[in-house]
Amino acid sequence: MNSTELGHQMLLGDEAIALGAVHGGASLAYGYPGTPSTEILETCLGYAKVFPRFKATWCTNEKTAYEQALGASLAGRRVLVTMKHVGLNVAADPFMSSALVSIHGGLVLAVADDPGMHSSQNEQDSRYFADFAKIICLEPADHQQAYDMTREAFVLSEKYKMPVVLRIVTRLAHSRGVVLPRSASAINSVNKAQDPQSWILLPNNARRQWHERLTSEATLKNEIETGPHNQLSLAPGDDVLGVITTGTARNYYLEVASELKTPVSHLHIGAYPLPEQKIQQLLAGVKKLVIFEEGYPYLERLIRGVGNSSPKPISGRMSGEVPADGELNPDIVRAALGLSVQKGLSAPASFTIPGRPPQLCPGCPHIDSYASIKEALSAFGVSLVTADIGCYTLGAMPEYKAIESCVCMGASIGMAKGASEAGLQPVVAVIGDSTFFHSGMTALVDAISANSNITVMILDNETVGMTGGQTTILPSNGMQTRIKDVVLGLGVNPEHVHVLHTHRTQVHVNSAIIQKEIEYQGLSVIIAVRECIETAKRKKVTS
Amino acid sequence: MKCDLIFAGVGGQGVLSVSAAIGTAALSEGLHMKQSEVHGMSQRGGAVTAALRISDVPVHSPLVSSGSAQLLLSMEPLEALRYLPMLSKDATVISAMAPVKNIGNYPDLQEIYAQIRSLPKAFLIDAEQLAREAGSVRTSNIVLVGAASKFLPVQADSLVQAIRSLFERKGEKIVEMNLKAFQLGRAAAH
Ligand code: SF4
Repeated sequence: MNSTELGHQMLLGDEAIALGAVHGGASLAYGYPGTPSTEILETCLGYAKVFPRFKATWCTNEKTAYEQALGASLAGRRVLVTMKHVGLNVAADPFMSSALVSIHGGLVLAVADDPGMHSSQNEQDSRYFADFAKIICLEPADHQQAYDMTREAFVLSEKYKMPVVLRIVTRLAHSRGVVLPRSASAINSVNKAQDPQSWILLPNNARRQWHERLTSEATLKNEIETGPHNQLSLAPGDDVLGVITTGTARNYYLEVASELKTPVSHLHIGAYPLPEQKIQQLLAGVKKLVIFEEGYPYLERLIRGVGNSSPKPISGRMSGEVPADGELNPDIVRAALGLSVQKGLSAPASFTIPGRPPQLCPGCPHIDSYASIKEALSAFGVSLVTADIGCYTLGAMPEYKAIESCVCMGASIGMAKGASEAGLQPVVAVIGDSTFFHSGMTALVDAISANSNITVMILDNETVGMTGGQTTILPSNGMQTRIKDVVLGLGVNPEHVHVLHTHRTQVHVNSAIIQKEIEYQGLSVIIAVRECIETAKRKKVTS
Repeated sequence: MKCDLIFAGVGGQGVLSVSAAIGTAALSEGLHMKQSEVHGMSQRGGAVTAALRISDVPVHSPLVSSGSAQLLLSMEPLEALRYLPMLSKDATVISAMAPVKNIGNYPDLQEIYAQIRSLPKAFLIDAEQLAREAGSVRTSNIVLVGAASKFLPVQADSLVQAIRSLFERKGEKIVEMNLKAFQLGRAAAH
């Protein structure tokens, strides 16, 4: 969706944020792909083609993306940086310290959480990160708010000289709703931050900056508390049910609210730090409280306090009325409010419906790479294959059973080194091209330094496959893979670096080479090359 | 008026474009709606579902409540059975006949057909065959949009316009092919 016309538009939550950034005066956008955040930057890339004043770039990883955003802010420009929730772990270093610099051009971090883990390895809640850094967090409830809050976040960021977190969840990122855009704000010109000390976090400066943050905390809290995003509506009477919703949880509550028979006082929270006075006001006039928040029981834990000291009974994720994990839906909210959940048509009684998990596309190059690796390892007794994050993680499926670990981006190489040093050999580490650049390179340097007895297989499919085929940061060109130069440049012994064409017809030839390198008592790197067939198909269609 | 729709299929079958075609038509009629989609990992050959909620008053939840969807449109017969608990007792089920057998424990196909036929209001459409008649198997999903069209709260004309705008940039030939697929599907569900 590249239209920036004013008038109603049907947008994904991710698209609404991109449009909000462009209309909110952003000059730049950075990010690393990750479901469910990917479409934010993809949409920005579309805008960058039509607006010369707006640039958008995929980066090597979330940390480099965040640092580039900081540079842009220092230069006075408004900048958007996007990632998924676990990406913020990678960017945590610049993120946490950026809370202490005096942000100059507005810096907005749009981070997409994935409750229910549709496409993720955990369901961490980014509101903790915003709290940790003591900065503002906005949590849109719907598409219009995704657009409006993105724009507002730039203004808040410049006003309070801090980064602002825009926290969304999968159901907003990947649902479509109507957005009515407003005319665009002007963009900032280049204008270097005037107080360089506030950007040099030497202990002395950092202490001063931190102190300032802490002393202005009360003012900030008060402004957020009384701002438009934390809305309290109180019902009279002494048999009132209290409901707190945050972000998108409001949609499910509003969906079922008309079915409630008791009067309800409702507090909706869309901006943090928490509106503590409003929470107290709500608590004072209700018999019991039900809390709906997407993600962890962040709010619930605080309201319950130590030893469950809340004056009123609370229902939520911690007490079990709302499931402790997974995403919310109207049925969960109904049940927690004591409303009846409708029963639909029954599933067939004569057989159970088998699950249909995702799988590698037929003809995927990874299938052939795994066939070679498994054949090579069959010559050994015990062995270990550590893997990483990407389509090739699907090598864990029962039809392949080719990998034994997947933890976080780049972990395969470090884990292989550790396991090998612990005495478990042989070890093969499997990592994709984009993940290698993201955070595999640094671990490879460790392995080079120790001449670790591991075999690293870099599966170069020339794309970021899992997230829909973005171009790898340093794109390869078939067997002329750039990764080979990188690996040699870092210092891997050229005799133990191979580039293989991975294909059904090459499985045995390749497995022989892999087996030889596994036998070699030192570090080998094998780059298995063939383009992702989905990306190749798409190129054919668009060319 | 409120109409909740569930779309089902296997990653790669074009579930999202079906949802987009109907959503665009509803938007053009000034209706309120919310649509939820699945992106990411399950698009790799896994079970994929989308929901579209259309109403003449604002829609809050992007997700459908159990037992409340009025129409299920499935690109694949086994997938049609997966979401039955989401459907209301008098819901219409429209499913393509061609199976995608990319799992080892795929149940007996005749048994699946029998289950679908036993539902209160179900149509099994040979979408692949009709799509071939229209000019390409790739129009199968639009055949299903056609089959669903009589049960949707939008005019057939709005759907035709939506299909046009969806395929416009691929050229007039593709547009015509999809419109033919739509008409064949529309005639098939009765
Ligand atoms: S998208 Fe590409 S890399 Fe991923 S499974 Fe399919 S062919 Fe393989």
